[in-house]
Amino acid sequence: MRDLTTPPRSRLERVLRSGRFAVTAELDAPDSADPNDVYQNALVLAEVCDAINATDGAGANCHMSSMGCCALLTRAGYEAVLQMGCRDRNRIAIQGDLLGAAAMGVRNVLCLTGDDVSAGDQPEAKRVFDLDSIQLLQVARMMRDRGVLLSGRKLRTPPQFFLGAVENPFAPPFDWRPLRLEKKVKAGAEFIQTQYCFDVPRLQQFMRRVRDLGLHERVYILVGVGPIRSYKAAEFMRDRVPGVWIPDAVMQRMAKTPKLQQAEEGKRICIEIIQQVREIEGVAGIHVMAYRQEEAVAEVIQRAGLLPRRPRSHGDRINQVIQTTRTDSVRCVLSS
Amino acid sequence: MVTHMKEARRMPGAEWLKNHPRWLERAYLFSKRIIMKAYPVMKRIHPRFANWLMVRSEEVLKGWVFNCQMCGQCILHSTGMTCPMNCPKNLRNGPCGGVRPNGHCEVIPEMPCVWVQAWERSRTMLIFADDIKVIQPPVNRTLQNESAWVTMIEGRDVQTPKGWGWDA
Ligand code: SF4
Repeated sequence: MRDLTTPPRSRLERVLRSGRFAVTAELDAPDSADPNDVYQNALVLAEVCDAINATDGAGANCHMSSMGCCALLTRAGYEAVLQMGCRDRNRIAIQGDLLGAAAMGVRNVLCLTGDDVSAGDQPEAKRVFDLDSIQLLQVARMMRDRGVLLSGRKLRTPPQFFLGAVENPFAPPFDWRPLRLEKKVKAGAEFIQTQYCFDVPRLQQFMRRVRDLGLHERVYILVGVGPIRSYKAAEFMRDRVPGVWIPDAVMQRMAKTPKLQQAEEGKRICIEIIQQVREIEGVAGIHVMAYRQEEAVAEVIQRAGLLPRRPRSHGDRINQVIQTTRTDSVRCVLSS
Repeated sequence: MVTHMKEARRMPGAEWLKNHPRWLERAYLFSKRIIMKAYPVMKRIHPRFANWLMVRSEEVLKGWVFNCQMCGQCILHSTGMTCPMNCPKNLRNGPCGGVRPNGHCEVIPEMPCVWVQAWERSRTMLIFADDIKVIQPPVNRTLQNESAWVTMIEGRDVQTPKGWGWDA
C-alpha cells in the first residue's frame, strides 16, 4: 500500500495522489548551449502537462544533459522530471548528481538503465553501467529515507525525491515484466513511465498481471504514448530505437495513408490509444513522447480531451526568464 | 553482423548444460560442499597455491560452461544458471527495456538476451527457482578476477556497502 501519511514531495505526486489522470511529456534536450532552446520547447509543453521529463542522452545520442535542462526548468518554475541513466556514470557520479539536482529544486527522479552506447552517435564510447536501474532506485531511496550515501556516510540534508522507474511491457520476457515491476516497487519506485505503447492488448495483459500482484495500488503507472510522424519514422522507430514495438496493424495503417496525411493519421492513432489506455484499471496517466514535435504533442493531448491541466505553468515567470536570459541577467529574476 | 564482444562467446556443449539447469543446481550444491571442506585444508598447506588453483579452475571450468567473467561474487543459482555478467550492460536484476522482439540482446543482435534465457531456465529449476526475484546489491568491483568460491567461503561476496540495506 502507498504511504499517504507523508506530504507529497512534488507537484507531480500531488496530481497523482488526487486521482486525476496525469499527463507528463518529454522534452527534447537541445544540441545547444543556449537556455532559450530549452525554454522554447518547454513553453509549448508546460501548457499541456503536469511535469516535463528531461531526457538523459536519449538513444545514447549526446544532447544537453538532463541535469542542465532540469536546472533551467526548475529555475523557471516548471515541474521537471530528472532522468538518471546508468550508462554514463558510476555510483559516485550518480549520488553526487542526485544531491546537486535536489539542491536545484528537482523533486522527481526517473531511474533507468539507459540505451546502450552502440545505439547512439558515438558507439566508440566506454559503457559504464556500474549500477543497474533497480540498484539506482534503492540507492536514491536510501539517500532520501535514511539520509546516507551508499558508503554509509551521513548527509546533512537528505534529498526529497518522488522516485520513478521505467518498464517496457512490450519486450520479452513478457511473463517476467510484471514481476520485475514488483522488484522495482520494492526497491523504491513510486511512479512508472512505460515505453511507447502501440499494442493495447499486450498492455492490457500486462496490467492484468500487475493488478493480480496488487502493484497498481502501490505505484502510479503512466503509459508512454506518442504520435508517429510518418511511415518512415515508424519504420525507423521499430527497427532502430531499442525496445520500441510497433505491431503490423499500426504499420499497415500508416503505410496505407497517403504521405501528406500520415502525420494526421499518426496523431489519430495516438489519440485512440490514449482513449483505450484510460479505460484500463490501474493506469494513472500517460507520458507523451515525440522527438522534435512539441506542437504535435500539445495537439494530441488537447484533442484527447485532457485539458486544462492544473497547476498551470508559471507563464509570466517563464516569459520573464526568457526575456532576461536574452539580456544575460538571469540573476535579477532569481533574486527578485 | 558478428560482434566480437567477450560476452558473446559460447563454448560447445555449454548451452545444452545450461538448458538443463537442474543438473547444474545439484552440481552447485555438491561442489559447494566439497570446496567448503577442501579449501581450508588446502589453504593451510599452501595458501598461495590454493588460491591460484581456485582461480584457475574457476576460470577454466566456469569459463567454459557459463562464459564466466570472474566477477568474484557468483549469483548463478539466482539467475537461472545463466551468468548475468554476460549481459553487456552488466545488469544483475533483470533485463533492460531494449530486448528485441525475437528475444535477442539489444547490444549483440545475434545473441539471445541473457535475461530471457535466465528467466526461462529458472522456471525449470527445482531448488532456486524463486531466487531470481531477490534484489541483487551493486557489484563489488574490487572482487573482479578473484575466485567466487573463495570469496564465498570467506563471506566477502555477500558483504554490501553500509548505505545499501535498512539494517546495515
Ligand atoms: S562469478 Fe560472476 S561472472 Fe562468473 S559466472 Fe558467477 S556471476 Fe558470472
